[in-house]
Amino acid sequence: MTGDRARTAVWLAGAVAAVLATLWVLSPTHDISAVLTAFWRGSLGTPSALISGTMVRAVPLALLGAGLCIAFRAGVFNIGGEGQLLLGAIAATAVGLGLGQFGPLSLLIALALSAAAGALWAGVAAGLRLRFGVLEVISTIMLNFVAANIVAYLVRGPLQEPTDTYPQTELIPAAARLPQLIPDTRLHAGIVLAVLACLGGWWLLQRTAAGFRVRAIGASPTAALAAGRIKVDRVAAGALMTSGALGGLAGGVEVTGVTFALYENLTPGYGFAAIAVAILARLRPQWVLASAFLFAALETGALGMQRDAGVPSVVATAIEAVVILAAIGAGRAWRRVSPVAAGAAS
Amino acid sequence: MNRESPGVALEMRGVTKRFGELLALDGVDFTVRSGTVHALLGENGAGKSTLMKVAFGLTTADAGSLALSGAVRRTPTPRAAMAAGLGMVHQHLSLAPALRSEENLVLGGSGAYSPAAATERLRQVSADSRLEVPAGVATGALSIVAQQRLEILKALACGARVLILDEPTAVLAPSETAELLAWIRRFADGGGSVVLVTHKLRDALAVADDVTVLRRGRVVFKGAAGETSEEALSRALFAEAPMTRSTVPRSEAGEVVVELRNVTARHGALAIRQASLTVRRREILGVAAVENSGHRALLGVLAGLAPVEAGTATLPATRALIPADRLRDALIADFTLVENVALRGAGQAHGLMDWRALAGRTARLVARFNIAAGSGSAMAGSLSGGNQQRLVVARALETPVDLLVADNPTRGLDLVATSFVHDQLRSAAAGGSAVVVHSSDVDEVLALATRVIVVFSGAIVECPVDRETVARAMVGARSAA
Repeated sequence: MTGDRARTAVWLAGAVAAVLATLWVLSPTHDISAVLTAFWRGSLGTPSALISGTMVRAVPLALLGAGLCIAFRAGVFNIGGEGQLLLGAIAATAVGLGLGQFGPLSLLIALALSAAAGALWAGVAAGLRLRFGVLEVISTIMLNFVAANIVAYLVRGPLQEPTDTYPQTELIPAAARLPQLIPDTRLHAGIVLAVLACLGGWWLLQRTAAGFRVRAIGASPTAALAAGRIKVDRVAAGALMTSGALGGLAGGVEVTGVTFALYENLTPGYGFAAIAVAILARLRPQWVLASAFLFAALETGALGMQRDAGVPSVVATAIEAVVILAAIGAGRAWRRVSPVAAGAAS
Repeated sequence: MNRESPGVALEMRGVTKRFGELLALDGVDFTVRSGTVHALLGENGAGKSTLMKVAFGLTTADAGSLALSGAVRRTPTPRAAMAAGLGMVHQHLSLAPALRSEENLVLGGSGAYSPAAATERLRQVSADSRLEVPAGVATGALSIVAQQRLEILKALACGARVLILDEPTAVLAPSETAELLAWIRRFADGGGSVVLVTHKLRDALAVADDVTVLRRGRVVFKGAAGETSEEALSRALFAEAPMTRSTVPRSEAGEVVVELRNVTARHGALAIRQASLTVRRREILGVAAVENSGHRALLGVLAGLAPVEAGTATLPATRALIPADRLRDALIADFTLVENVALRGAGQAHGLMDWRALAGRTARLVARFNIAAGSGSAMAGSLSGGNQQRLVVARALETPVDLLVADNPTRGLDLVATSFVHDQLRSAAAGGSAVVVHSSDVDEVLALATRVIVVFSGAIVECPVDRETVARAMVGARSAA
């Protein structure tokens, strides 16, 4: 379709422009080939960067991104991925510390409760929308700050490690962590959950009656109500909470698979990057894996440039931001080119 | 200014406007004398709104001339129209509900905003025109009447001497209507001019000096209000149009499946009040009404979409709806035909979607209802309007229902498609459904109905299936006893 091509073209143009502009800015002070090498070796160029860096980083992006596809397809703008992830992380940490001695059982409970916590956190926004008509764009973003402050309180108060020295929790026991998939790498079983979430999201939207309702209310709330007798508000709330559950699960997976403890700045903006992941995947969960991998590679590559080529992290962050903007702009351009396809974002 | 013709406030000559194939206005002459009320009447789609939009500069005519207070305007824009003393109060009020009344009054003005000056302005305009609107109140909290007054004040504050009021009485209760009409009269007596766009003959005759009736873009009646009658006007309003003849034999009405008792319900600002109604199997109940009569609230209740505010509504278990606006309420343009077929009942569905079975059902509907579509995976938005409507009808009639509610089921269809849809509705009734059909075309209602009700100003009146009587009841004319 022409819409597809326009969309991809805008995104590519934006991404290439961002990279070229950055290289131009860096050229007087840096060796460009060294910068590019650092990017390559930091993201995909070495087995360790690929597996322990990029793939591990893609896991939370994919989990969040799959959830956001569902919310966005319902026409609900969940900007609260950060907060939902943090609530999931809190739940998983609490379970891991409290029930860690039960091993895998503790892990299962931790993951289940992290999803539940994320869903409930999104449910606050859903409830505000149902009861008071508060726009979820506002409430979810506000709840991000609340969640961050809850974490800040917990790691300095009730959940602080025993010596009361560092603002973080104790590490959860090894038995209560996600198993390593490949020995001597950081790749953990969470990636399986990410793959399942993406395939499950696709299955939900395309095959189930509930997913069909989600797509219908996003495409046309009026027709969904009049022709389908769909309870639009309830389906929207359900989509938001499902999205929150996957965000919470992302937090649980980060704690049990990567950090093993709760601390501030647990998320380097996964909740926001996942918005771009979902948009680049054209709100199709089955494409989220590839999209999440791409963004993860951008981030690890940027970190590599900072580490090995001395490119300041702000430059790396700026490139990433421009790439995200290009992805969003491409989404807009695609809507303009193809107004009929816009509603479904199919 | 030297070509000012004394006594003429607004003069339109030979105004013609096309929208694609549709000739909305066909050489319309329309003159409003200074100090008079001029009623502009016409059915839906007769061209009233288009004519007034041309006058106010909201749309440009393809041909014709326009003169306001004698000055010919070449570049019509709303700003120029307002500068020339024309004010328009739209049917859907366009006030900002969160702003206070005086803020709305000066909204769109230029220069610095001063709360005290705005309040003073509201007081002054309000006193000058004797239209009372409280200052300092959030506009959304004002009654509909007060909001409407505020809209009028807003036009007056801009110096309007010619007011266009588009269906101002549609949202008003009878006493409020009388008050507004009295004000209109006083305004005209004071030298102002009013164009009263309305469906209600009684309102028109009560207050107007001159009457113009449009039908299908042409002036079919023009004269002094004092020299005409409700009867003559209702005849001018509703031209007889050839309609399809039934090929399905009519059968006796069966058991009662719908029962409304003293139901009050709302559709936007328009309501149906204390309505009682029964509908039986095998009958086609025609609902005749001009726009803004409250009939949409009635249809909403029957379709199970509008909440019942008072009274009781007993509805059957299986219902289907053919909505008036197919791309808003019936179809999702960027869903496939199969997905649109799946939409019916989607609210109650659970488990997995059986897309294979749905594709089969869609294929059968496409064949049975002659829908010209490439395949079931074509987007509904890619179909022509007529085929989209066939799809809507097909989906509604796929399985027998106890109650079928159809709102303008043949809007935008050609003759063949129209007669096809009519036959489908008649077959549904013959097959045991209770069918309720509304059309803005009274002849379509009469062609289909085995029983007719008229909704006027929120009340239901049973009517014989007789064109003259129905047409008069629709515009609130007293019946010829």
